Amino acid sequence: MRAADALCAALLDEGVEHVFGIPGGASLPLYDALYDSKLKHILARHEQGAGHAAEGYAKASGRVGVAFATSGPGATNLVTPIADAMMDSVPTVFVTGQVRSDLIGTDGFQEADVTGITMPVVKHSLLVTDPRQIPGYIHEAFHIASTGRPGPVLVDVPQDLIRAEIDYAPAEGPPALPGYKPPLQGNIKQIRIAAKALANAKRPVIYGGGGIINANASQEFRDFCRSDRLPVTLTVMGLGAYPAPDEQWLGMLGMHGTRAANYAMDEADLIVCVGARFDDRITGKLSEFAPRAKFVHVDVDPAEISKNVPAHIPIVGDAADVLPKLTREYRALEPETKRLEDWWKRIRSWQAEYPLRYEDSADSEIKPQFMVEAMYEATGGEAIITSDVGQHQMWAAQYFHFDKPRRWINSGGLGTMGFGLPSALGAKVACPELDVVCLSGDGSLIMTCQEMATAAIHEIPVKVFLMNNGHYGMVRQWQELFWDGRYQSVDTGSSPDWTKLAEAFGWSGLKVTDKKQLPGAMREALESEGPVLLDVHVTKDENCYPMIPAGHAARDMVG
Amino acid sequence: MGEPGTQDVVRLEDLEASRALTGRKHILALTVEDTPGVLARIAGLFSRRGFNIDTLAVGPTEDPEISRITLTLDGAVHPIDQVTKQLHKLVNVIKIRDMDPETTIAREMALLRVNAGIEGRGEVMQFAEIFQAKIIDVSRRTLTVEITGTQERIDSFERMVRPHGLVEMVRTGEVAITRSRSDS
Ligand SMILES: Cc1cc2nc3c(=O)[nH]c(=O)nc-3n(C[C@H](O)[C@H](O)[C@H](O)COP(=O)(O)OP(=O)(O)OC[C@H]3O[C@@H](n4cnc5c(N)ncnc54)[C@H](O)[C@@H]3O)c2cc1C
Ligand SMILES: Cc1ncc(C[n+]2csc(CCOP(=O)(O)OP(=O)(O)O)c2C)c(N)n1
Repeated sequence: MRAADALCAALLDEGVEHVFGIPGGASLPLYDALYDSKLKHILARHEQGAGHAAEGYAKASGRVGVAFATSGPGATNLVTPIADAMMDSVPTVFVTGQVRSDLIGTDGFQEADVTGITMPVVKHSLLVTDPRQIPGYIHEAFHIASTGRPGPVLVDVPQDLIRAEIDYAPAEGPPALPGYKPPLQGNIKQIRIAAKALANAKRPVIYGGGGIINANASQEFRDFCRSDRLPVTLTVMGLGAYPAPDEQWLGMLGMHGTRAANYAMDEADLIVCVGARFDDRITGKLSEFAPRAKFVHVDVDPAEISKNVPAHIPIVGDAADVLPKLTREYRALEPETKRLEDWWKRIRSWQAEYPLRYEDSADSEIKPQFMVEAMYEATGGEAIITSDVGQHQMWAAQYFHFDKPRRWINSGGLGTMGFGLPSALGAKVACPELDVVCLSGDGSLIMTCQEMATAAIHEIPVKVFLMNNGHYGMVRQWQELFWDGRYQSVDTGSSPDWTKLAEAFGWSGLKVTDKKQLPGAMREALESEGPVLLDVHVTKDENCYPMIPAGHAARDMVG
Repeated sequence: MGEPGTQDVVRLEDLEASRALTGRKHILALTVEDTPGVLARIAGLFSRRGFNIDTLAVGPTEDPEISRITLTLDGAVHPIDQVTKQLHKLVNVIKIRDMDPETTIAREMALLRVNAGIEGRGEVMQFAEIFQAKIIDVSRRTLTVEITGTQERIDSFERMVRPHGLVEMVRTGEVAITRSRSDS
């Protein structure tokens, strides 16, 4: 068969149902093969949208997300989602068309060296040089994208090679990759030492992250935390791995985390990190981070261990393998829960003194935090929430109490504005039975708002709850707090008229400015059949607190 | 809970994290798949992570599908452990050895063109002889010398001839191999 047909067959054999993309000259043969294939192609309106949709699909389902683009500008438009998937470890495969192999290197029409451009931001990339490589490369790409620490893999296919006739047979077993052996099983001796250290700890904190979600190990994580009264905090990427609220739950940690979580890290004697990477939004000033603590670090990527914070007890392995063993070893020691009493007293005092709070309006004004609480009420906490980047993202992390994994989809590492809407489309395609709501900001939404057309045409009934503060709120907040209130280029004004824009795209749009109308409007939006945009006008100059100013220590939290 | 090899009681105050900087020169021997772009990936990783390579030598091995890359790095500046772990993440890198200085034979080759008019010529030739270097080209004003040895040895030869005027120098970077056991 044609190599293009083999490529589609190989995707189907990997279990792919949906791909997101946009065609072009170099990918015409691939799109011709799609014509006869069982693959469902969802036409995005910008390759960045296709890429983020593939990410949303992967984050919501745990399956590999796939996006197609043509050569040159199509491929370069994918760079942002590829980098985003790298930073947040999202299992994705990107297939790009390339110019004819004899034109490569000649600055041919729509030629871009996409393997070169993306080299620093892919887990791996493969440039096809012989059509017979195509099925095997697809198999390798899926294996690499989805195992170990997941990530993006790019397959670049010159348009002459993909037209060649090749034989196709489904791949059997994992591909032979001599240089790729992700470690999966944790070393039992290390696990035992960790259990013993934990049994001796008087002020322990369990700090979990996105790796628990990747590992599908939320249940194992809960079991571990509940094998004793261990205080638990999560990064923004880990939210949902442990149910919030809960007796042992301290709230999120880091720059916009709770005081209880950050102060507990600061005073801890032992921190057990599971599937998190000591990002600078967590550590703040590295030299003053958790100065009294020893560290157990569980991560599937050995390079994460001791990268930023030296680990005393490193455990390399999949969280799903390590956690049950750690729980078993810890339980066997029958540790005295009483030893944690003083620690809990201290934590409770922080919780009582510094709960997350905001001053609600006395009139009809909608406070952004109130909006998130209303979303929680309206969805019963059951929806998938995707988010864009900014203040609204942090308020969602603080005030929406995620209690299941894969229900909170956001761009943490790269912090990509424009991620929210397309990732919501991907999530809805992956999980049609769940409500999917994108919480966005007016600055972020416009960056990929063309994907409203995708939702309309493909009848993907997502809801967008736009937190409209007329500003690049997060940047405005930093200018207010750290740049003497010299506001520069942060006012987004009153354009566009969002309800008109929504209607132009074939959505329903509704503007909400009165607090009393908000819960009803949200419920109605959720109940209606098609895609809906709620343009919610909130306080323009609210700041997101509490906050550790960048480069400071937990003790310096403000607000 | 007795388990051979683990302490029965783990006291937090006894736990230590391993030190990141070793303070010495390291030679890393990488076995890599001979695929297009593999060198670009390695070079890109070094620049992206801010690691500085002192020397780099690439060449074929006894297996035509596999190349060997020898890198030298300063362990006083770079956490070698982090460098090797990052390199391991490259799918085309099959094996990495942080070579043990005790059991490693390392050699580099250099070509040096030195000013050597009538007065200086004798001394340059003497240095060459002491360092067991070869004169491979001669002109009226210069001598070109080929020298093989450890990095340190070439450094000292360079120091000796530099006062005469070093016109041009090229070095290959070190390649290294593990000493075989005398009974094997
Ligand atoms: C405006 C803004 C503000 C932010 N503020 C905060 C904040 O206040 N608090 C906060 O937490 N974040 C914040 N972030 C996000 C932050 O930038 C990082 O993205 C986030 O902290 C990283 O989360 P993580 O450590 O869980 O790592 P992830 O990026 O989710 O990485 C997962 C880790 O788990 C490992 N892993 C993967 N799979 C497995 C497996 N199967 N088993 C074991 N390990 C595995 C990976 O190797 C990796 O080390 C903010 C982002 C933005 C844009
Ligand atoms: C693509 C991109 N460009 C710029 C930024 C820098 N940035 C971070 S937050 C932010 C403002 C976000 O504004 P909005 O979406 O309206 O959200 P708000 O903070 O007001 O809730 C900007 C410009 C970014 N993160 N991503």
